[in-house]
Amino acid sequence: MLTKIAHNIATLTRRRMLAATAGLALGFSLSPALAADDTIKIGILHSLSGTMAISETTLKDVMLMLIDEQNKKGGVLGKKLEAVVVDPASNWPLFAEKARELITKDKVAVVFGCWTSVSRKSVLPVFKELNSILFYPVQYEGEESERNVFYTGAAPNQQAIPAVDYLMKEEKVKRWVLEGTDYVYPRTTNKILEAYLKSKGVAPDDIMINYTPFGFSDWQTEVSKIKAFGSAGKKTAVVSTINGDANVPFYKELGNQGVKATDIPVVAFSVGEEELAGIDTKPLVGHLAAWNYFESIKTPANEKFIKEWHAFTKNDKRTTNDPMEAHYIGFNMWVKAVEKAKSTDADKVIDALPGIETPNLTGGVAKMLPNHHITKPVFIGEIKGDGQFSVVYKTKDLVPGDAWSKELEGSKDLIGDWVGKKCGNYNVKTNKCLGSGT
Amino acid sequence: MLAKFIAPLRLLLLALVLIAVAGPALAGPFEDAVAKFTTDDFSDSEEAVDAIAASGNPLAFPIINALKDERLMFDAESKKVYIKQEDGKAIDAATGAPVDAIPDSASSVSLNNKLRRHIEAALGGLTLLSPDLNTRISAAKSVFKSHEEAALPAVESALAKEADRSAKAALEQARAAILLFKSDASEKEKLDAVATIRSRGDQDALAMLNDIGTDQPPAVTKAAASAISSIQNSLALWSGVQNAWYGLSLGSVLLLAAIGLAITFGVMGVINMAHGEMVMLGAYTTFVVQEVIRTRYPGLFDYSLLIAVPLAFLVAGAIGVLIERSIIRFLYGRPLETLLATWGLSLVLQQAVRTIFGPTNREVGNPSWMSGAFELGQITITYNRLWILCFTLAVFVILLAMLRFTALGLQMRAVTQNRRMAASMGIATSRVDALTFGLGSGIAGIAGVALSQIDNVSPNLGQGYIIDSFMVVVFGGVGNLWGTLVGAFTLGIANKFLEPVAGAVLGKIAILVLIILFIQKRPRGLFALKGRAVEA
Repeated sequence: MLTKIAHNIATLTRRRMLAATAGLALGFSLSPALAADDTIKIGILHSLSGTMAISETTLKDVMLMLIDEQNKKGGVLGKKLEAVVVDPASNWPLFAEKARELITKDKVAVVFGCWTSVSRKSVLPVFKELNSILFYPVQYEGEESERNVFYTGAAPNQQAIPAVDYLMKEEKVKRWVLEGTDYVYPRTTNKILEAYLKSKGVAPDDIMINYTPFGFSDWQTEVSKIKAFGSAGKKTAVVSTINGDANVPFYKELGNQGVKATDIPVVAFSVGEEELAGIDTKPLVGHLAAWNYFESIKTPANEKFIKEWHAFTKNDKRTTNDPMEAHYIGFNMWVKAVEKAKSTDADKVIDALPGIETPNLTGGVAKMLPNHHITKPVFIGEIKGDGQFSVVYKTKDLVPGDAWSKELEGSKDLIGDWVGKKCGNYNVKTNKCLGSGT
Repeated sequence: MLAKFIAPLRLLLLALVLIAVAGPALAGPFEDAVAKFTTDDFSDSEEAVDAIAASGNPLAFPIINALKDERLMFDAESKKVYIKQEDGKAIDAATGAPVDAIPDSASSVSLNNKLRRHIEAALGGLTLLSPDLNTRISAAKSVFKSHEEAALPAVESALAKEADRSAKAALEQARAAILLFKSDASEKEKLDAVATIRSRGDQDALAMLNDIGTDQPPAVTKAAASAISSIQNSLALWSGVQNAWYGLSLGSVLLLAAIGLAITFGVMGVINMAHGEMVMLGAYTTFVVQEVIRTRYPGLFDYSLLIAVPLAFLVAGAIGVLIERSIIRFLYGRPLETLLATWGLSLVLQQAVRTIFGPTNREVGNPSWMSGAFELGQITITYNRLWILCFTLAVFVILLAMLRFTALGLQMRAVTQNRRMAASMGIATSRVDALTFGLGSGIAGIAGVALSQIDNVSPNLGQGYIIDSFMVVVFGGVGNLWGTLVGAFTLGIANKFLEPVAGAVLGKIAILVLIILFIQKRPRGLFALKGRAVEA
């Protein structure tokens, strides 16, 4: 039933979108030059309704902006780009359905989409079967490298590990609370972090792992547990993989119970500018977040991007965030790869993508690696009173993304290499491709 | 006799020297320290803070305080540091002279947590003699936390002058903390220190005693160990009290969310899946009220919730009446269709809000009287939870009184108990239906005002509460407000006692399993209605 209703809403949105695009096309060219064959279609697969709309709507908007800008520059291969927006309505099976529709019916050349890992896992078989391309813009738990997917978000070694290193070195943290929402990303990340901390000599007694359900809102017990854990006389920090809406009540409770960043800092992997827009950040000043991009980073490229974003959304208060930069990088990489391959054919573009370099928004260069992950700088930011972050640490070099974590027993010998080995999970010890290599 | 003359002479000499060198560079240790801020490097800033705090210069406090609030500006080119005062004017940090305008190229000195700790320690030392009692107490507390040996003379002189009892106690604890970590303090001093800290009895004391290290005299180590175990025992007792309080607080939230449903579902028998969206509408009403207040009447911010409560009641109530008139009245006696229709409606309402206000969270601020916490024994009670508990109980009492003592309440009870009999007594049943549904929705709306203080204000707000609300109403017994009250607090307290043992995820599952078992045994809930209404 829910699926049905959601589906109807989705179709409605899409129809409206298509109608709007058609209207536009009619509007600026009555000449027959712009027939359907002269456009390249780009699929946008982000939830515009349901629980994930809060995060994903922004990514749809940024894609529309990027496509718009590219068209102003003359499109790609002399053709205009056309966005096809669908709404998978935060419903994981519907993601697969909508992906299939985009590829088979709308014949899109590439899809930018998904947020949660479960939605990515749900569309994977579709992209493999129909041989198309997905750009995935969100930081995730790793342990994956697929031929048809390009991961422009951070792998754990590009976010979690540097953040923990920072706390160990700069804050001399000895005791760790790993606090997460109960699903695959926090569980895998915490497993990696636990292994990493133990390898650095942290005693098992000094690690506490807690999980809470999705949308958890009563944090009183959890926060007092953290306070009690922090009273053992060793510097304590919280590593938070709490997802989505649960963050606001968590930070409110921290503020109200007087847990200050100078006593027990919290470093979060899912809290960005967008999430902070919903809270009064004054009690949270000093708590940390680890990302590969912050809106407050001053570079000419970033200033230009923010200006364009404000102009496009006609709202100069809209914040920018890390997954938006990932789409910016991914989109520019795709454009370069298409121009290099001189075709939008999926196989040619997939082969052209590794090795492509494009500037990111923080003054560095992102490079697509053979394992379909990219190189990224890692920033640690502290929350400021105005809801922005001030960068307190930055890695010296760009960090290449690891598809397979070096900390976990099961994956430390695996690599993804779609250039030389043509394999996503190649075991370097046994020299065997464990999965299907094509 | 001689000394009397020397002091003014010295001053004169100093003044002469100052005039002599009062050129561009007035370099002394204080000025050097201030200049260190212009590199905007964290470790330079730390050194600057420590040196300035130790300099005794009257500008030390304003500089460090400005740094804390990100009001300390530096200009890297001219190597100048400015204090942006709270009234918007600026002074030169090195000389204290007023400045017309801070140059545009200046930016605020950046902070990190390590630097913030230095600032707290420095401010603690500088404000121990502040005329304001609360400032003195918090200064003593930050000295307790940092326990720097250098602060000992300041603490002791402050202790000698202090008249207030609570400030004195805080200072004594600060002194004890310093002595405990001072390597050359005598064994007696250290044992006294352990006793003082032990009497504090809280988690900070525990953390400190755990941290004393191994190079202490054996007697001190032993005293500390016994203090630790005694504090742990008393904290374990307190944690029971704390769980009970958390349970009451969770129960009040559950009750608040469920109480409107207890009317529409419990009294009228309408399965209203859009109940959560009424809560959400109340929260968005709060947001709109605060937005108007922020832009037009900022002085009224602390009253925003009081203004929002009646408005939220009206907005949600009016929409409730509209829903009843346009949809639900055609579906009485058809529970399945009602369920589907109201569910669809909930999706429509969510999407409507998403379209109007956007999908992202909206900021609803806490008025000052709802922020922060106070300590009661060894437990922390946050003001927002306390107020929500009081508010919930008030709503409950008003609702009970309304049903019991007003004409509308009487008519409601009559209609829900026996519709046809009520109609033949001359009651306009369809009007009463609409008003009852409106009342239930309106109460959901004011629940939204309260929930906006502890949860996100997003289109999904209502979804999180709908299941819990049904759970409470069914568990408490359909059609009985007292059942809802007892049900909500039982579930809240049970949940909070399970959570520390089983974890949040398993705790929630255990509660659901217990409810299923309970409903098997007593299908009508805790307080089953007896009599004819049951068959109706």
